[in-house]
Amino acid sequence: MSVVVARDLTKRFGEFEAVRGVDFDVRERECFGFLGPNGAGKTTTMRMISCTSPPTSGELSVLSLPSNRGRDIRRRMGVVPQENNLDEEVTVVENLLIYARYFDIPRREARSAAEELLHFVALQDKRDWRIDRLSGGMKRRLLIARALVNEPDLLILDEPTTGLDPQARHLVWEKLRSLKRQGVTLVLTTHYMDEAAQLCDRLVIMHEGRILVEGSPRELVARETSPQVIEVFEPDEGAAQGLRDLAELAERVERLADRWLFYTAEGDALLAKVRGVVPDPGAVWLRGATLEDVFLQLTGRGLLE
Amino acid sequence: MSAAATTVARVRKTPLFRIPDVRVRSAWRLWQRNAAIYRKTYKINILPNFFEPFFYLLAMGFGLGAYLSRLEGFDYIDYIAPGLAATAAMYGTSFEVTFNCFVKMQFGKVYDAAMATPLTIEDVGLGELLWGTTRALIYGQVFVLIAAGFGVVHTPLVIFTPVAIAMIGLMFSVIGLTFTAIIPLIDYFTYYWTLFITPMFLFSGIFFPVSGLPGWAQVMAWFMPLHQAVNLMRALTLTGDVRAAVLAAAWIAALTALLFVLPLNLLHRRLVK
Repeated sequence: MSVVVARDLTKRFGEFEAVRGVDFDVRERECFGFLGPNGAGKTTTMRMISCTSPPTSGELSVLSLPSNRGRDIRRRMGVVPQENNLDEEVTVVENLLIYARYFDIPRREARSAAEELLHFVALQDKRDWRIDRLSGGMKRRLLIARALVNEPDLLILDEPTTGLDPQARHLVWEKLRSLKRQGVTLVLTTHYMDEAAQLCDRLVIMHEGRILVEGSPRELVARETSPQVIEVFEPDEGAAQGLRDLAELAERVERLADRWLFYTAEGDALLAKVRGVVPDPGAVWLRGATLEDVFLQLTGRGLLE
Repeated sequence: MSAAATTVARVRKTPLFRIPDVRVRSAWRLWQRNAAIYRKTYKINILPNFFEPFFYLLAMGFGLGAYLSRLEGFDYIDYIAPGLAATAAMYGTSFEVTFNCFVKMQFGKVYDAAMATPLTIEDVGLGELLWGTTRALIYGQVFVLIAAGFGVVHTPLVIFTPVAIAMIGLMFSVIGLTFTAIIPLIDYFTYYWTLFITPMFLFSGIFFPVSGLPGWAQVMAWFMPLHQAVNLMRALTLTGDVRAAVLAAAWIAALTALLFVLPLNLLHRRLVK
């Protein structure tokens, strides 16, 4: 059973084509990620899913309804925006109560839901604080709580941990995992690879309005890149000559400003050879390939803006 | 494929006079939000809006009035009080639907938050119109009540002032929100206030009858929304002239009906992309 189905989904702004005919399915109870550099079309896609931006063409259904039934879809959906849009003039708990009204939730129910949600995001001690006293991480948790006030079947998160410190990020991840266990379907965008690897069951990598690849984080690493990477940090001229001769033993070699990357399936064997030409043992190391390698390989390393 | 990708799509703009996708209950939700926040902040907000027309009433009515005999058969303070009531209603909503709404839309992202719920942007717009009207009603009616204490009310038609003030408030809410939906930067409100609100305040027949102006200026005055609001309030509090009241009310209702959907569709055009 798919919660979101998109076929040849396209969005144009004048002459600019932000999303260029993408297909994807979000399944029930999974966490689905959109990865991509800035300008890849992630946020536009999310806005179409949350029915605040009508598609230019293609098909889109959300929670088994066509995307032009925005009111009915959004009634069963929660949205955590990238930018804080809390009501600054009122307290933490009042933010939840005001939002609950938008969903026609009766006062008494809203009150108990608000207290419960404040516990869930560990803000119960801050319930009577004004928003400007909250830290960035607290605001994000409150935004998540607010998005849950209507007990949504589908939760949409646009870069849920951008700008948060590591402790706050881990707390947000823990909450999202616990929501997933409760049966909420999650759709998120991120450009943190560790976040995607931590949270997503499946993900797509977008670039310039298109979906390049789709799969689980593990599948993508296995399919799209070699399993191991040898990094050589700032080789001198002599070492570089030796490395050039070793290049054909690797599946792929990438030269960056400050280092060389050898992608290989036989890391230990190649590592010994690399160590033979690079005298400094501290400048060479072997690691497993990550989602970040896949991402950079597909979307390029240059600055895209 | 590349041919299709380079095809220029004409972006269909929201028609200005289409029937907006509104639900009154949803608009009411936004009204409730504004009311909840107003309850928190009215102590700071209420004073400047409130006292300005009073200063005029006292300064002009007693100060200038002491040098005047009678104007069109009335004491000067009685003559200017109804126009200042209309002005209080106009200010009551105008600050709200211009500066406040722009800040909510552009900086606070309050409308984006609401649009992630079953509310549409048209619901949000209607909620703002109703809230602006409510504020006009508060400021205008309280002015009438306090001014009545100065003995400026001379007709039983005063019982109709709540309806009249609500109509005036809705009219100025529609006009102000239309402007807000169009302008790209908050600085443009200077135009609204110095080229629209202030000239109306001076030439709408609050402080002197427009019948004394040259013919062309009288024609211009007739087209000013505030002039019609002044006529309505003067008929309902001072002269008791039913015919004048009905004419002014009809003018106000007609303009409001004509423009009513405009701010809602313009907000849609601006925010639903």
